[in-house]
Amino acid sequence: MTSAEPAEKLLSPVLSASWDDHRPWTLDTYRRHGGYDGLRAALAMAPDEVIALVKDSGLRGRGGAGFPTGMKWQFIPQNDGKPHYLVVNADESEPGTCKDIPLLFANPHSLIEGMAIASYAIRCNHAFIYLRGEVVPVLRRLQAAVAEAYEAGFLGKDALGEGVDLDITVHAGAGAYICGEETALLDSLEGRRGQPRLRPPFPAIAGLYACPTVVNNVESIASVPPILARGKDWFKSLGTEKSPGFTLYSLSGHVTNPGQYEAPLGITLRQLLEITGGVRSGHRLKFWTPGGSSTPMFTDQHLDVPLDYEGVGAAGSMLGTKALQVFDETTCVVRAVTRWTEFYAHESCGKCTPCREGTYWLVQLLKRIEAGQGVPGDLEKLLDIADNINGKSFCALGDGAASPIVSSLEHFRAEYEQHINEHRCPFDPAASTVWADRASVHESATEREVHA
Amino acid sequence: MSSTELGLPALPAKPYPPEVAQRLAADAAELIARYPHSRSALLPLLHLVQAEEGYVSSTGIRFCAEQLDLTTAEVTAVATFYTMYRRRPAGEHHVGVCTNTLCAVLGGDQIFDELKQHLEIENNRTTEDGAISIERIECNAACDYAPVVMVNWEFFDNQTPESARELVDRLRAGEEVRPTRGAKLCSFKETSRILAGFADPREGAVDESGAGGAPSLAGLRLAKGEALPGTPGAKVVSPRHEGTEA
Repeated sequence: MTSAEPAEKLLSPVLSASWDDHRPWTLDTYRRHGGYDGLRAALAMAPDEVIALVKDSGLRGRGGAGFPTGMKWQFIPQNDGKPHYLVVNADESEPGTCKDIPLLFANPHSLIEGMAIASYAIRCNHAFIYLRGEVVPVLRRLQAAVAEAYEAGFLGKDALGEGVDLDITVHAGAGAYICGEETALLDSLEGRRGQPRLRPPFPAIAGLYACPTVVNNVESIASVPPILARGKDWFKSLGTEKSPGFTLYSLSGHVTNPGQYEAPLGITLRQLLEITGGVRSGHRLKFWTPGGSSTPMFTDQHLDVPLDYEGVGAAGSMLGTKALQVFDETTCVVRAVTRWTEFYAHESCGKCTPCREGTYWLVQLLKRIEAGQGVPGDLEKLLDIADNINGKSFCALGDGAASPIVSSLEHFRAEYEQHINEHRCPFDPAASTVWADRASVHESATEREVHA
Repeated sequence: MSSTELGLPALPAKPYPPEVAQRLAADAAELIARYPHSRSALLPLLHLVQAEEGYVSSTGIRFCAEQLDLTTAEVTAVATFYTMYRRRPAGEHHVGVCTNTLCAVLGGDQIFDELKQHLEIENNRTTEDGAISIERIECNAACDYAPVVMVNWEFFDNQTPESARELVDRLRAGEEVRPTRGAKLCSFKETSRILAGFADPREGAVDESGAGGAPSLAGLRLAKGEALPGTPGAKVVSPRHEGTEA
């Protein structure tokens, strides 16, 4: 590990490069930074060449699963006489995940340009942005940016060439984590309860309105314009061989400087902590997630795991959304896992029994353990229920619900046992708060950030 | 919790008064036209009726069903699936406190408990004066600004129990309140209209509050050679050491 590298060399702002400029959410600023150059390059190519380029670049999905983006586009049957749809998944709701929302708030045009390129490639004339509803500031900017793009002719009639129109509809969801699952998202966009569909058929064959559909994450699509503008070789020069490119790592929790850090794939948490001031002063790392709550948790034993698709996978977890939630030694792991499990129970759509019933049972068990009322055998029961959800549910929500339980029991079983044996939680929640150590914080630090 | 009432079956919902129905039908037609299939406009229409009444009433459900040629049962099934559609009137301002794991651990639990005490209401209830409703919310994609409070779905980042109490006091007093990220607060109903798909009519609302706070820009600044707070040569101040911007 070359953890002594200076920050400038470890980071590679591409998506975030314009965020500190004047009003970066406007078309003018975006164009000053080369915005819509990628679209121009794409329109000079044949659609199939664009697909091939994105495929050859090695870009993989940034929404969690890591599926190659270009391959998803290639699956769309051509000359089938049906409309094709592009649907952007902006339903960012995975606990810990906070990359697409700041990206869209700072620079919505990067998504719109990527959508125009993707639509051209897959021959789509009507694309949708499914944005979670609970983020009105982002919705406002997306609506405005789409209007600007229409005015400038990047959208609308003949936008993708003579006789090739492109419309984008911004659609606000209404509060349902499950709609981040692509087939549930499609049902929701069709005006139904957001419940996942049986696959196959996959969305590429029968997606929105039973037509061929590509569903991509915001960051995946926003990563496309720079590839068109600067080339696949440039893209592949960043990151690792199997995980090329740059990505947003979202650092949060008990750290000195939470935030968005855009770096080539393969950076480690140790490197990120070293350049950003580390775990909050006076504390040490206890556990962390590499990519949201659905990815099995890591400990200080995993600080040098390369944060790319292969590295995290080989270490027994998933890169997921690169949501690095850091918890220090003041945090009760049972409390953390209980709360995540309550989340999965709350968000379970109810379609399949293992998830609907299992998450509910898990909450009951975890709550009583956390309250010091657990009994011997509870931990085995937890694992048994988790095993009956994982891989046996209709969609990945169930697998995600099992992850924190199984991984925390692997790393912190003694802490669960302590709750049961001592009939109490040994932690003080007040010690975990942001303000726990504030009495000792230097009070002069009141200078305010001035935003662009 | 449940709003289900046992006993006699509910009577068919009353329609909106003609002038309201006419106005909303024009809005609905505009939303429906944005989709290749009309039913796709159901979520926007539910936001639209929520913008009218502050919640999704049986009248609102009937209206949506009529616009889309669906049954009220079909619309009800959808409306009850999504947490943003309220089954009882929200306050003038709707306050959500994130109590998912990361925010909860960093102080969201304490913020929510103290707000409940301060307002003397339980989760998902509204103060007697109708000014504030509160709700425990799930992760709102702002973990780098934890603990997070949302008001009418605008971001109030890096909150403390004190700042959150002050925030609701100012809302009740009718003072002008600005989020850390987002535009000057309008009412919950006005916000719902934006969610339905109509642009915020206020001049400059899109441009308020900049590109994001310090966490959004932390990586970019570091890459440009600036030092972050708490690291040697610090030039910028950590948001966690600032006063609240509310």
